[in-house]
Amino acid sequence: MIRGAKRAPAAIRHGLNFRLTYKQSEALSGILMAAPWILGFLFFVAGPMIASLYLAMTRWDLFTPPRFLGLDNFHALLTDDNTFWLSFRVTTLYAVFSVPIQIAVGLALAQMLNQKIRLLGMFRSVYYLPSVLSGVSIAIMFRWIFGTQYGLLNGALKLLGIDPISWLGDPSIVLFSFILMSVWGSGANMLIYLGALQSVPTELYEAAEVDGAGSFRKFFKITVPMITPVIFFTLVNGIILSLQEFQTPFILTNGGPANASLFIVLYLYRNAFQWFKMGYASAIAWIIFFYVLVLSLLVLRSSKAWVYYEGSLKGRGE
Amino acid sequence: MTAWSLARKANRKRTDAIQKFVIYLILIAGAVIVLFPFLWTFSTSLKTPDQVYQIPPQMIPDPADPLNYARVLVDRPFARWMLNSLFVVVVSTVGTLLSCSLAAFAFSRLRWPLRDKLFLVLLATMMLPTQVTLIPTFILFKELGWINTYFPITLPAWFARNAFYVFLLRQFFMTIPLDLDDAARMDGASHLQVYWRIILPMSKPALGVAALMFAQFKWREFLAPLIYLNRTDSLTAAVGLRTFMDETHGTDWELMMAANIMFMLPVVIVFFFTQRYMIQGVVITGVKG
Repeated sequence: MIRGAKRAPAAIRHGLNFRLTYKQSEALSGILMAAPWILGFLFFVAGPMIASLYLAMTRWDLFTPPRFLGLDNFHALLTDDNTFWLSFRVTTLYAVFSVPIQIAVGLALAQMLNQKIRLLGMFRSVYYLPSVLSGVSIAIMFRWIFGTQYGLLNGALKLLGIDPISWLGDPSIVLFSFILMSVWGSGANMLIYLGALQSVPTELYEAAEVDGAGSFRKFFKITVPMITPVIFFTLVNGIILSLQEFQTPFILTNGGPANASLFIVLYLYRNAFQWFKMGYASAIAWIIFFYVLVLSLLVLRSSKAWVYYEGSLKGRGE
Repeated sequence: MTAWSLARKANRKRTDAIQKFVIYLILIAGAVIVLFPFLWTFSTSLKTPDQVYQIPPQMIPDPADPLNYARVLVDRPFARWMLNSLFVVVVSTVGTLLSCSLAAFAFSRLRWPLRDKLFLVLLATMMLPTQVTLIPTFILFKELGWINTYFPITLPAWFARNAFYVFLLRQFFMTIPLDLDDAARMDGASHLQVYWRIILPMSKPALGVAALMFAQFKWREFLAPLIYLNRTDSLTAAVGLRTFMDETHGTDWELMMAANIMFMLPVVIVFFFTQRYMIQGVVITGVKG
């Protein structure tokens, strides 16, 4: 023991220099501190993605070993599965209508609030309130409001002499009800636009007023162009979120009636967790992924034509 | 000329007044539309089963029956579910704050190999639809025997699975001058000490916003608890709410609405006390909570 103690420092002094340079120690700290994220990425993102890609090419019911099928799942989904196409259509229709309407309503609200308004804070909080709540809570409230016989909405319509409407029970109406409900939550967009509106330089409006521009001209020629980057962001975000809609249809209608509100993630959920078709469900997941990707890229492509970035020459007219 | 411009001014003043009036009208109508479902939910939560199905519907139930709330808490395991949710929220929020702030520190203030490439990867994961990883992750946790435990819904948070918060905190850390780190390093502080003693205390507002946003997200999380928890006792409140819907025996609307009010109340209370920060957070990041 004494011999060892005497020899160890010498070994360090001569051969093995364990002292790290400053740069090395910084790199080591960096990697160690990022390690939780790196591990999380490997185990909860990259690994599952690879596994999911493999599963998408198999048939697997969790109980018997997976059987490799190649691209058969995708082939079946795209050519043979009417329910899949129905869910694809439902989801797309919902996104096409709900996202732009939410943007328009959010923008209108923000524009109205971006003036010398009394109780601004109160209005802002009230409109934003739905966005802090759980989709489950909201779906439960609306399931009751949309009720045919005892629902509040039909009760109100009755006062106007309109016959009861089967908001959630009629295949041709149910999607409209979903869109209506989504508009109710436009406050999230409002808040984002309100922040953007406040950063539009007032000189622009003053200059326009000198030129005799009215409120509508100012809104469409100055306000909207100046906040297109934010509109772009909410558009992409809105598309991504609406294509992944799950809990609202799950609670409100469970996909019915006659699958008229079968959103694509709900169909995935059924395949995976009710019918245990893990391979097939994985294939659906990848189609959702590509659909989201393609739509986002399309919007990104189009953005060059309509999004104005300050400091760039584009958008000022070549 | 002057008379004409005066008349024009007066005219403009009048149209401005009318415009203001219309705006208030729309804003108030909109606020009523937004708030009415809550009032209706609250009203229903105080009704007896008979009143629930009364036509025309009563807005203010007479007599009101506040015992519905007690029924939900005593006859159904709703109190238990709320505690489960609270547990999940606290454990995963702490995990997210720690792991994400560590990673954010590494990405914003330290130089290490592959850092910038990995940050691009991190940004890409933010856009990834969760469905792509859902099934293999489910199988992984199932193989580990973690179905009906809280590991699947809390553990990933400790590994910065919600990379958005790394991004958020990194953006904030970048605004703190690097001189502070250098000065502390001169005094012999380690990187970990710089992180813990200097950067974290200076980032309380950003950490607060991140905590609020994440806690809110976790409180209402639905799909993960739905697939990982299936014992009645272990449900979170968001999933438990669903059990009030009963296709065969009919839904007890008054109980479900009472439960829904209790489920929403903590979020609404926290929102009203912290909305200044939350709204700031949403505006800064431009992201919905």
